[in-house]
Amino acid sequence: MNIDKLYQSIKTIRRVEEVVAKIYPTDKIKSPVHLGIGHEAVQVGVCENLQKQDVVFGYYRSHPLYLAKGGNLNAMMAELYGKITGCAKGWGGSMHLVDIEHNVMSTTAIVASSVPNAVGYAYALKLQKSNQVVVSFFGDGATEEGVVSESLNFAALKKLPILFVCENNELAIHTKRTQRQAVLDICGRARAIGVPATHIDEYNIETIYNIAGDLVEKIRNGSGPQFLEIATSRWLEHVGPGEDFKLGYRTEDEVAPYRAQDEVERLGKQLNPAVRAQIDQEIEHKIAQAVEFAESSEFPPQQELLKYVYK
Amino acid sequence: MSTSNRSISYVEAIREATAIEMSRDSNVVLFGLDVDDPKGTFGTTKGLAEQFGADRCFGTPLAEDGMTGVAVGMALAGLRPIHNHYRMDFATLAMNQLINVAAKTHAMSGGMQNVPMVVRMLIGKSWGNGSQHTQSLYPLFMNIPGIKICAPSTPYDAKGCLEYAIRDNNPVIMVEHRMLYYSTGHVPEGELLVAPGKARVLVPGTDVTLVGISYQSVECMRAQNYLADIGISAEVIDPIWLSPMDIDTIEASVRKTKNLVVVDNAWTICGAGSEIIASLHERLGDIAWRSKRLGFATTPCPTTPSLEDHFYPTGQSIAATANDLVNGGAQYWYPTAKDELKSVEFKGPF
Repeated sequence: MNIDKLYQSIKTIRRVEEVVAKIYPTDKIKSPVHLGIGHEAVQVGVCENLQKQDVVFGYYRSHPLYLAKGGNLNAMMAELYGKITGCAKGWGGSMHLVDIEHNVMSTTAIVASSVPNAVGYAYALKLQKSNQVVVSFFGDGATEEGVVSESLNFAALKKLPILFVCENNELAIHTKRTQRQAVLDICGRARAIGVPATHIDEYNIETIYNIAGDLVEKIRNGSGPQFLEIATSRWLEHVGPGEDFKLGYRTEDEVAPYRAQDEVERLGKQLNPAVRAQIDQEIEHKIAQAVEFAESSEFPPQQELLKYVYK
Repeated sequence: MSTSNRSISYVEAIREATAIEMSRDSNVVLFGLDVDDPKGTFGTTKGLAEQFGADRCFGTPLAEDGMTGVAVGMALAGLRPIHNHYRMDFATLAMNQLINVAAKTHAMSGGMQNVPMVVRMLIGKSWGNGSQHTQSLYPLFMNIPGIKICAPSTPYDAKGCLEYAIRDNNPVIMVEHRMLYYSTGHVPEGELLVAPGKARVLVPGTDVTLVGISYQSVECMRAQNYLADIGISAEVIDPIWLSPMDIDTIEASVRKTKNLVVVDNAWTICGAGSEIIASLHERLGDIAWRSKRLGFATTPCPTTPSLEDHFYPTGQSIAATANDLVNGGAQYWYPTAKDELKSVEFKGPF
């Protein structure tokens, strides 16, 4: 485990999200943002075990996934701004990030929609006798969608090389899981379908890194699908740059333990202060460059409107 | 039998097209409920699992939404999946993946990704199949940019459309009416491609244009025959591809006949007929012409034959409507059924 590298990744994501939140009220960002502050240890802990050729699928809260998998920061920022230099040339926005070079294959706005896509990709890899692994990220709400059960079943049936990662923040927009699920044992449901499942109930990046690493290795060695549920916390509102405790659907106390042991700070304290300062400085520089890149890029011209109906 | 006039059924044409493409390209995979069972989707997939292996041809769990999503994922990874639905009605379980994912991936990725996949959707009729086994939902999909749709009515076009669809780089829905499955017609051996962009004039005529979608092109052929008996010359057109559609051929015909009956194999509201007539209105402002839509009665399909008989347009009802249009409603006429019109499928030349 390279703590410097983990820190570099998780700190970058945290700072990008904070900068996005700061810019958002200026209306320069032309796409609704579902910020991942509080989730970052999941994406970083899992993706640090992946190789460039491994493939990830995510959902609408996927800035952290995109960056943790190596996605191009300039292109992401320009995408949020709706610029032609964006990772999807202004056609995707915050909810549809893609980076083919780094195998960030798709992130979707419709809950759970990318889960079967990830399974199909894994089927293709198996047919092609590839050594690559697919990781599908989704939230606890997605596990209520029928398609997740369908996807787990097919992955188990065909013993596909895929890791399902459930980021359990206990919320679907403003509704708690206890109001949505009769049986709260998500891993039990995966196991019942035939996918071995592991539950991490402490939000700790080293634990996530180690367990995800074991699972990825198992999958690469032909174990078939694995399911990993990770307890996490969404610090901000469902969509938008701020907090929303005033709405009353949850209290600040519920997030407090996660904030108190903030993984970004906790990792940072393990670093040599001079090294940490150096990393922090580089991150600020990269983010400033990305914002400058996005702001100075052009919007797509009108001729682009009908360009991508068919290939 | 020589190659030049070989005649095979619609079922055999689909099976042959699939086998040719699966041989040509190892990325083509085929799946759907029971595609590998002894019946092989009414014969259209029979023997393919044995020929190409269970990895490339397999029956699926009952999970239309999930398996459509699987097809999209396969396509992103470089495969060319074909997904079968025994009944088009079941495809409604897969609308999210078809409309929100497959149709939009190319655009949402700024053109960097695309989803080459074929979704075969079979339509049923008669036999008391009732409301949930008889729907013909292609108009829903015609409304969605990013999906191509074909509805071939002859064995020749079934083979050519399917081979084209498999090679196309976009999601393609192929609408197959089971009443056409055992019709036979000329189909050349070897590779055959029928691309979008050219409707087929099945019978030339001068007085009225009959556009028939899917199985209704056969009913239009019957209508053409009835109309000939009273001296009305009908031109019958099969659009073959509904998205994108060749409006030019229909426009040229209506410029000649000044009368158009469009017969949807579906409900008429916001149907292919509505689209064709609206498109022609934008093009034919310079001439006087009349039009009429026919299609399913605006109600779910009944099961009992006494009502079902009146649910679908027939050769007789189409002919009566066309006569009404040509003669301005002056002479009511409804043809007496002719048994010899049971087999009037278009046999070429293609």
